[in-house]
Amino acid sequence: MRLILDLARGMLSRRRRQTLVSVLGVALGVAFFIAIASLMRGFQTYFVQQVIDVQPHIVIKDETRRPLPQAAEIATPGGAVAINGVKPRDRVRGIRSAGDKLAVLEAIPGASAAAILTGAALLRYGSRDVTITVTGIEPARYRRVANLEKDMVQGSLNDLRSAANGLIIGAALAVRLGVQMGDTVIAVSPRGVSLQMKIVGIFHTGLVALDQSAGYALLKVNQVLQDRPNVVNQILLRLADVTQAEPLARRIEGRFGDRTESWEEQNRNILTVFVIQNAIMYSVTGAILLVAAFGIYNIISTVVFEKTRDIAILKSLGFTEGDIQLLFLVQGMIAGLLGAVLGCVIGQLMIEGLGQVRFQTETPAGNDRFLMAQDWRIFAVASFFAVASAALAAVIPARRAARLDPVQVVRGAA
Amino acid sequence: MTAPLLAAEGVTKRLAEGVTLVSDISLTVTRGEFVAITGPSGSGKSSLLYLLGLLDRPSAGRVLLEGADTALLPAQDLAALRLARLGFVFQFHFLLPEFSALDNVLIPIRRRGVLKPEAARARAMSLLDALSLADAAAKLPEQLSGGMRQRVAVARALANDPALLLADEPTGNLDTKNAAAVFDIFARLAAEEGRTVLVVTHDADLARRATRRIHLVDGRIVSDERSAPA
Repeated sequence: MRLILDLARGMLSRRRRQTLVSVLGVALGVAFFIAIASLMRGFQTYFVQQVIDVQPHIVIKDETRRPLPQAAEIATPGGAVAINGVKPRDRVRGIRSAGDKLAVLEAIPGASAAAILTGAALLRYGSRDVTITVTGIEPARYRRVANLEKDMVQGSLNDLRSAANGLIIGAALAVRLGVQMGDTVIAVSPRGVSLQMKIVGIFHTGLVALDQSAGYALLKVNQVLQDRPNVVNQILLRLADVTQAEPLARRIEGRFGDRTESWEEQNRNILTVFVIQNAIMYSVTGAILLVAAFGIYNIISTVVFEKTRDIAILKSLGFTEGDIQLLFLVQGMIAGLLGAVLGCVIGQLMIEGLGQVRFQTETPAGNDRFLMAQDWRIFAVASFFAVASAALAAVIPARRAARLDPVQVVRGAA
Repeated sequence: MTAPLLAAEGVTKRLAEGVTLVSDISLTVTRGEFVAITGPSGSGKSSLLYLLGLLDRPSAGRVLLEGADTALLPAQDLAALRLARLGFVFQFHFLLPEFSALDNVLIPIRRRGVLKPEAARARAMSLLDALSLADAAAKLPEQLSGGMRQRVAVARALANDPALLLADEPTGNLDTKNAAAVFDIFARLAAEEGRTVLVVTHDADLARRATRRIHLVDGRIVSDERSAPA
């Protein structure tokens, strides 16, 4: 094996410049892959982090995945009688026996739970009306499942208790309404209940949708506003280990029957975008590596063509077809390996360079730079594909070399 | 009675185009013989050598090396036989240009892998030394003269201590003096080391130095004479 390596090195050294070019081709493919992959991975990790940070990990809703069967359907299952125009039973919406469920959920290790009631309301201040979603919370519990406290610019969650009907709204909403801390607005719910509410806090999350149309009040207050006494319509869960969200959500849904969504399910559209993004990335860098592979194919073919005499003599000396094939495969892999190593270095430099870029944005999350992931696995994958594609590119010329008939060559040279 | 080193039985080689290169040749070669195969161009002498050297397979007939039939052996086994029992020298030296004389001689030894690295180097050095090439060991082929290159090629052919040395017009590219030197080496290998040497040449003067001369015309043996070494 050492001999094969020595021979391969000797043959490649004769074509130093051409070898360098094909090595550089592989290196660029590897480097671009590494840079783009860590760029995307960094962004995706950041994004997921944001999502996990802002949202509860699991949401239990007051609905079921399939509509509950109607009494008429139960009475005549699949029968000959079809009843048209059945009106659903008018039942009080909300999560049933939420208190018991909360107790069960709190017992799960690493999980915190909070029950909330959300509902729409029209905020009126002077001549301005804005429709918002009011979330009724219990500050002590809610604090454990969401990071609202962190985003408060003025006031705090506890201030909800300081006023009779306290309301916390987003900064953008405050601007739209033209209200300030301590002002009193009128909130009207779809049920027609009207409450005077005092602004006791202003938050700023950076998510426009939230900042413009969300408000938080005490659970009791919102139950009054929505005219749904003692009802909660969501239970939020936060977990110590976010990766457990999906399986836990399935278990909870299986047990309670309420529709339960993990953060993954709620953000499926974005996560799907990531999959597409990755596919694009892989195909672009795959194309670069493909071009690089042609370079390797080219150099190995040239070497085989130039070295027909050497191949013939090696065969006459007693080298088998397998030896010869291996000899040229190894040459391809050497080129691939050199390219991979060089590519990793260039890739790292590109990561460092991209990490220096700053841009001017208004993103309130304070994200003014590329977020680069530093993951050895990206380097490993890139290197593996470089060496593999190089070996693959060398297969065809290597087989041609192996099949060479030494008699033909020797006769031709004589 | 031990089997002869090399035996051909009705060996024939035809090309796909219907041309017959070698036609129904039978001969035996014993140990220590120095055989010259002569004949005009196109008489099939090189083709016969390749067949006897297991580099090519006959269309009909069979070649026996040390009593063993090689006709049915797979390519891998033929390669192993070439590596261990045979040595080739061609008209062109065919040294690998990127490797020194010593490394070129080492290639078959390392491929065989029987000797340890130090022993292999010692053997290669002693082969070069025996051919007065000790000073050339570290040099690349392009730094050597034509005669020296061909001697390095002979050293490489002898690397694995072969029983049979086959040479195809080994002096074709050499001047008279160097050609004579190479034939001297062959004569010595046969006489002193008991190796069998098979040389294809069109030079009648050189052929006379062999102990046996086989003359080919149109792929057939027309004469086969033995003599004491000149």
